[in-house]
Amino acid sequence: MTDSAQRRRTLIRGLLSIAAAAAFYQAVSMAGLFPKVLLPPIPVVLTTLWGMLADGTMLQHAGATLYRVLIGFGLAIAVGTPIGIAMARFKAVENFFLPLVSALMPIPSFSLVPLFMLWFGIGNVTTILIVFYAATFPMLFNTWTGVRSVNPLWLRAAGAMGADERRLFWKVIVPGASPFIITGMRQAFLRSWIAVVGAEMIAASDFGLGWVIFDSKEFLQTDIMMASLVVIGVIGYVFERLVFGSIERATVYRWGMVRMAKG
Amino acid sequence: MLPIEISSVSLIYDTPGGKVPGVKDVSINIDASEFVCIVGPSGCGKSTLLNIVAGFLTPAAGEIRIGGKAVTGHGMDRGVVFQDFAQLFPWRTALGNVTFGLEMKGVAKREREEIAREQLRLVKLEKFTASYPHHLSGGMQQRVAIARALAYNPAVLLMDEPFAALDALTRDDMQRLLADVWRETRKTVIYVTHNVAEAVYLADRVIVMSPHPGTVKADIRIPLTRPRDPLSAEFLDWQKILLRQLGHEPGGDETHKSNGKATT
Amino acid sequence: MDDAATYGAPPAVGSDRLRAVARNAFPFVVVGAIWEIVARSGMFPRQLFPTIEDIARSFVDLTVSGILPHHAIETVFRLLGGFGLAAIVGVSIGVLMGRSRRAEDIILPLVSILAPIPGLAYAPLFLLWFGPGEVSAVLLVAFVSMFAIIFNSWTGVKAVKEIWLRSAMAMGADDRRTFRHVILPAALPYILTGLRLGLAQAWRILVAVEMLAAVPWGLGWLIFGAREFLNTDAMMAGIVVIALIGLGLEKYVFQKIEDYTVVRWGMMESMG
Repeated sequence: MTDSAQRRRTLIRGLLSIAAAAAFYQAVSMAGLFPKVLLPPIPVVLTTLWGMLADGTMLQHAGATLYRVLIGFGLAIAVGTPIGIAMARFKAVENFFLPLVSALMPIPSFSLVPLFMLWFGIGNVTTILIVFYAATFPMLFNTWTGVRSVNPLWLRAAGAMGADERRLFWKVIVPGASPFIITGMRQAFLRSWIAVVGAEMIAASDFGLGWVIFDSKEFLQTDIMMASLVVIGVIGYVFERLVFGSIERATVYRWGMVRMAKG
Repeated sequence: MLPIEISSVSLIYDTPGGKVPGVKDVSINIDASEFVCIVGPSGCGKSTLLNIVAGFLTPAAGEIRIGGKAVTGHGMDRGVVFQDFAQLFPWRTALGNVTFGLEMKGVAKREREEIAREQLRLVKLEKFTASYPHHLSGGMQQRVAIARALAYNPAVLLMDEPFAALDALTRDDMQRLLADVWRETRKTVIYVTHNVAEAVYLADRVIVMSPHPGTVKADIRIPLTRPRDPLSAEFLDWQKILLRQLGHEPGGDETHKSNGKATT
Repeated sequence: MDDAATYGAPPAVGSDRLRAVARNAFPFVVVGAIWEIVARSGMFPRQLFPTIEDIARSFVDLTVSGILPHHAIETVFRLLGGFGLAAIVGVSIGVLMGRSRRAEDIILPLVSILAPIPGLAYAPLFLLWFGPGEVSAVLLVAFVSMFAIIFNSWTGVKAVKEIWLRSAMAMGADDRRTFRHVILPAALPYILTGLRLGLAQAWRILVAVEMLAAVPWGLGWLIFGAREFLNTDAMMAGIVVIALIGLGLEKYVFQKIEDYTVVRWGMMESMG
C-alpha cells in the first residue's frame, strides 16, 4: 500500500474512533442510566463553553491561571537556569546544591500546598510559589546536565580560535547546552501546568480554571467542569506544541542536534 | 547438505520515484556443500538476492529450490548472518543467543545448551558463553552470530557481508575461521561481499553481478587449493580477474584507494 | 562501590566515605541553621514556623504512636493499587498499539485528546462519578499515570529493530514466540522508562488526590488535616516521610529492576 493511502486510512479511522467515542458518550448520557447532571450531553457542554467564552468569564479564569503559571514559570527559569549553570561550571556550587536538590526533588509540590496556605493564605502567592517549586527542579536539572554534556572538543576549538571566557560561555556553552535547556523548559512548563491546576483547586479563591472546576463540583455543574477541562487541554496543547515546538524547530532541529535530552 | 537452484528470479522495488528493478532474471545453480560468493558494486541486487533466498522477500517471478523443494518464506533449512552487529539479542547471553533456534524447535534445555556450547567452541568462544553481547567485541559478536546460525543445523548458510564492518586484521582472522568452520560442517554457503580478496579467499565459485538492473555478469570458478595463501601469485591473479570483471583495470583498485586517502 | 572495594585500601575507603558524607551533609547543616535562626528569632509565630526540634519531636511522637506509619502505609497501598492498575492497562494498550496498525489508528486520537489535560483536573469529575473516597483516589491515580506508560510502551514496540525480528524468523520463531522472546525484551527499556515516569506522576498527584478525595488515612490527608489545627510540625513530619518514600521508590525499586535487566543487557546506562 502506498504511503498516502495509509495516511488517509489512519485519518479516517481516527475520526471514526473519535466520532464513535462521542456517540457512545452521548448515548449513555441520553439513556438516563445515570443522572443527567453527572453526564451532561455534549451539546450542553458546548453551549456552556460558548456561553462562558462569550460573556468573558472563561477568559477571566484562563487569564488568572495563565498569570499564575507564567509568573511561577518565569521565576523558575530565572532561578533554575543560573543555578544549573553554576553547578555545572563550579564544583563547590555543585557540592552544595546537588544534595539539597536530590532531597527536595522527590517532594511533590502539592504536599507543600497546605504549608504555603498557612504561611501565605489562599490566593495568588501560594499558587505562584507552588508553580515555582514544581518548575524549578526540571529547569535546574536539565541545565546542569546540558552544560556538563557540552562537547569538550567545541570548547577546545573555540579556545584555539581565541574565544575568551565570556564569549566561550555565550557562544559555545549556552548554544551547546540548549537542547537540554529547551527540554528543561518544556518539562518545567508541563509541571507548572499540572501544579497550577492542582494548587488552584486546593488553594485559590474566586478565579482560575482549577478553582472553577473544583467549585462547580459543589453545585454539580458538570457542564462547566467539562467546558473548563476543554480550555485547560487546549491551552496546555498550544504551549506544548506551538510554543515549545516552534522554539525547538527554530533552534536545535535546525542545527541538527536531535533532542538528546528526551524524557 | 542441500543444493540450491535459483531460476529466473526477478524482483521489482516500489519506490516513491516509481518501479525500480532490483534483480532481473537471475539463475544460479549451486551444488551441495559449495561455497559461493556473490560480488558486485552497491546496487547490483546481491543483498536483495540473498534476502529472496532467505525468504524475507518474495520474488515477482522465478523460483528458488533448496534440495528440490520450492522456497516459500523463511525456514529452518537456512541459517542467516547479517552484517549488523546488532543482530544478536542484547537481552540474551552468547549461549542464550545460540540456543534460540533450538528453543524454537523445541529441543530440551540441557540438550540445546550442549549443542550451543559445541557451536561456540567451533567459533572459539567457549570461554564467553555467559557474556552478554555488549561485552563482546565486534568480531566476537559476529562469531556468535555464525554459531547461532549454525546451531539448529540448517543445510544452507546465508551470509550478507558479515565481516564488512570489522577492521582489516580481525576480518582476516574471521575469514580463516569461517573457512575452517565450513570445512568442518560442509554447509552450502551463499556469501555476499563487495571485497574481491575475501571472495577469492573463501569461494569455490564467484558470481559477479552488475547493477541497474541486477543481473549475473560472470560465473567464475576459483580452482585454488585450500588453505589459500593470499600472498601467492595465483591468488593475486584471481583477484585481478575478478577486478577486471567488475570494471576496474588491474591495479586500478589500488590507485583508487590511495586517491581516496589523499582527499579525506 | 565495587571499584572502591577492589582497588582502595580499607582505611582510605573509610575516610573517603566520611568526607563524602560530610560534603553531602554540609548544605543541610547550613539550611537547617538558617531555618533554626529564623524559627527562634520570633519573626514568625512559632506555631507557623516550628523549630527543627519541634518537628523532630512531632515526628518521633507520631511514629511511636503509630499514626504516621498508618498514614504512610495507606498512601503506599493506594499508590501501588493505582499504579499497578495503570501498569497493566497501560502496557497492554501500548503494546497493542505498537503491534496493530488498526489499534494504533483507533486509540491514538482518543489518548491524544485526554493526555494533555493535567490529571488532577479530572479529580472533581471522578469525585462526582465515583463518590469521595478510595475508589476515586485509586482510579484517578491510575488514570493519570497511564498515559506515560501507554506512550512509552507503544514507542518501544515500534522501535524494535527489524534485524532482531528477521533473525528470530530465520530461526523459526512463530508470531507468539517472537512476541514473547523478542518484542517484549526489546521494548523493555522503553516500557521501564514509561513505568518510571508513570510512577513519578502517580506519586506527584497522589498527595493532592488524598487532600481532595477525603480519604480517612493517607499522608496527603494528614498534612491537609494538620492545617486546620495549625499543626505545622506534624505537617513537616508528613512532608519528610513523603520525601523519603519518593526517594526510596526511585532509588530502590526502579533502579534495581533496571540494573537487573536492561542495564545488564547493555541496552541502557545505569542511572545510579
